[in-house]
Amino acid sequence: MKVELRDPKIVMKLSKLGSFHQSKLSFLRSFLKEFKDWNYKRDLFELNELGFGIAVYSFKKSNRVYSLICFANQLNENERSDRVIATKWDAAFTLYDGVPTKHDIERLRNEVPKQEVGRLSYKELTLSRANKSVRVFNHVVDSLSKGKQPDISLLSSVGYLYRTTAVYGSGKFGLADRFRIKDREEICGPFRLEMMLVYLVRQFTFDQVNHVAKNKNPKKAVSLDLEICKSLGIGNSTGLGMAPFIVNHPTLLNNWVLARETVLKKIREIQNVEKKDGDLFTKYLKKSIKNITSWNTDSIYQQNKIKFLLKDVNNFIIFLEKNFNFSSEFAFNKIYLWLEKNSGDECIEYIVSMMMEPYDQIVNPLINKMSSEEDKYFNIPTNRTVLELKDIIENKYKEILKIDFTKNENNQNFWFISKNKEEPRLADRFEEKGSDLEQPLAIARDIKKLYEALSVAKNSSKIDKFLLNNNHLRHVVRRAFIVEKFPYSEIQDNTISKSIIPIDMLRLKLSFFGALKFDPRSDKWLRICMFQGAPLPENLKNYDEGWVYNSLN
Amino acid sequence: MKSLSEIDTVSKRASRASGFEWGIAEEVGKNMRILEMLGISGIKNLNHYYKIRSKKNFEKIKLITKENQRSQLEYCPITAGVNFLDQVRSLENLNEIKFQNLAYPILFLPFIGRASEVLGKKILLKIDNRKFLLNYNTSIYTNNLDDGIITIGNNVVITFLDNKDSFEENEWRELYKLSENTFVEENESLKQSGAGAGLTDND
Repeated sequence: MKVELRDPKIVMKLSKLGSFHQSKLSFLRSFLKEFKDWNYKRDLFELNELGFGIAVYSFKKSNRVYSLICFANQLNENERSDRVIATKWDAAFTLYDGVPTKHDIERLRNEVPKQEVGRLSYKELTLSRANKSVRVFNHVVDSLSKGKQPDISLLSSVGYLYRTTAVYGSGKFGLADRFRIKDREEICGPFRLEMMLVYLVRQFTFDQVNHVAKNKNPKKAVSLDLEICKSLGIGNSTGLGMAPFIVNHPTLLNNWVLARETVLKKIREIQNVEKKDGDLFTKYLKKSIKNITSWNTDSIYQQNKIKFLLKDVNNFIIFLEKNFNFSSEFAFNKIYLWLEKNSGDECIEYIVSMMMEPYDQIVNPLINKMSSEEDKYFNIPTNRTVLELKDIIENKYKEILKIDFTKNENNQNFWFISKNKEEPRLADRFEEKGSDLEQPLAIARDIKKLYEALSVAKNSSKIDKFLLNNNHLRHVVRRAFIVEKFPYSEIQDNTISKSIIPIDMLRLKLSFFGALKFDPRSDKWLRICMFQGAPLPENLKNYDEGWVYNSLN
Repeated sequence: MKSLSEIDTVSKRASRASGFEWGIAEEVGKNMRILEMLGISGIKNLNHYYKIRSKKNFEKIKLITKENQRSQLEYCPITAGVNFLDQVRSLENLNEIKFQNLAYPILFLPFIGRASEVLGKKILLKIDNRKFLLNYNTSIYTNNLDDGIITIGNNVVITFLDNKDSFEENEWRELYKLSENTFVEENESLKQSGAGAGLTDND
């Protein structure tokens, strides 16, 4: 039986993309797999009794070394902020390409804590900063220094000791450009070195909390239980900075979603599901329930999504147990069709992720296809005709063409870059100033304008002639030709409408990172948790692939 | 040192701020990345051009022909470059294109390099006494690397080069003969069994 890939017009709706969950394709899981046989080492740990100072951690294999350099700083209570406007953080980090010399560390000590206003070099690969969850960190220090383990329920409700507020790479602030590392044999996909930084930062947070507790009460202090460490991740606060990324990298977005859709299609096409695979799917599904029940958020929007997710997953489990037999033909296809009929998007996408768990042989080859050589598709094929471009738009943007942009609600917002932080922002066009400096992120509106311009042009005219008088639409002409080749490269929604929920765009990206427990703090930023339940670096050589579902929380 | 990503982003934004459409600004960002990667003064020229552009008018050529001459205004290198790139498939038949008074011709250069890639042909660009050989957008061979800012190209000539060998046939034959020393002389047995396929070449 041949199953078609799901229709991009459905998959690429923001409400659908905003329901994606982590999976075996997620970058942090791929990172652990790809670096599991690297040698991990804590090379330097020079913190004072309060936990301030410098630490260096490394991963090494053959002649290649990646070193995380950590700078832990004293911060006044009133200086701590997760907002992007912050200028100081509890700790700042960079991933260095190789083994840093003392001179490098001195140079970086002056630059890394400054983050966006510091200057990095091509020897630094990624950059980040993080703030303590003060309540949790202090509680853990207090408990350990008294010789006891901390309150699991408190830890469980937060999930981490520190949260990062940005992770930068790919040439930002002078960091190494992607071209310098993309062809290295160990770099098998996107964001691997960002994942490495976050993973090593997690270990730093455990070492720091143990160190502070020990110094507080050297005679009585105990170390944080390793199982508790494993159940903690690293938090992350993410704002709108991430949203334009998925618009600005269409072929990359396509390759992520296409990998996911291809895996789903292949799993649905399995005629006879082996018993062990059905059992593994069911086992992980049941274990994963605690990832839903421990998913805390104050966001009513997300609370509702979680409520329906839990209800739908429980209904699905009842269906599995009472009415389903994995020995029937095309079992996963039947499951998928049942879900489409009986569940919401949150649950459908949750189960799609779970379906991947037994199928390394399907997932692994696709993991290596999730990068993109974007420059290859940059030139506009100007020898194509107006008619061909019109056909592409009619075919690929059918729903977009129905939007009436003369209505204010469809043209409500505009994307801009803030002068203060050089970060993307979204504002109401009719309330705020600045729409004359709008960024080219209103793709739906501009595609419709392009279509209208094409409709009055001669069909046989070549695109080079069309552009002579229509270069204001050049950015979307380029996109339409990209979308022709890459079906999942475009969000099939209006990113400037009144009803847009920008965090859906963040969630899409974060799900591919492997984030858990999306916690929207508004419609424009959210908190997440990464690596919760993941093996510790010392145990990486031999770890359980199902760690995502083994957390204590 | 600035990363290529920063060079691309800042050039794109500056181009937009100078009045170019976003789609053209994207082209400039990409071009500056190419120039700076190859060690040619892209940013220097772009910065200078945008400062001058706010005080002076430039001719925005649309349709490019064999001879492009304007006596009053200098040509904008970005508009000329974008349209050259867009129209290059039809311009190729003209073999040689000339511009007089092309402002800041270094900014025009990467468009020609990219056009070379589009056509799959080398292109020779002469800017007065400077020569640039563009090789499918992978490299630029030039007799002028350290000129810094070039504010005007009085006579700019673009020549599409035929795809042909850079060596004589006898030179090739000599080299080929030498390469034959890596071959094994086949005896009858090897002829029968060595190929692995059928005994006729056309089966």
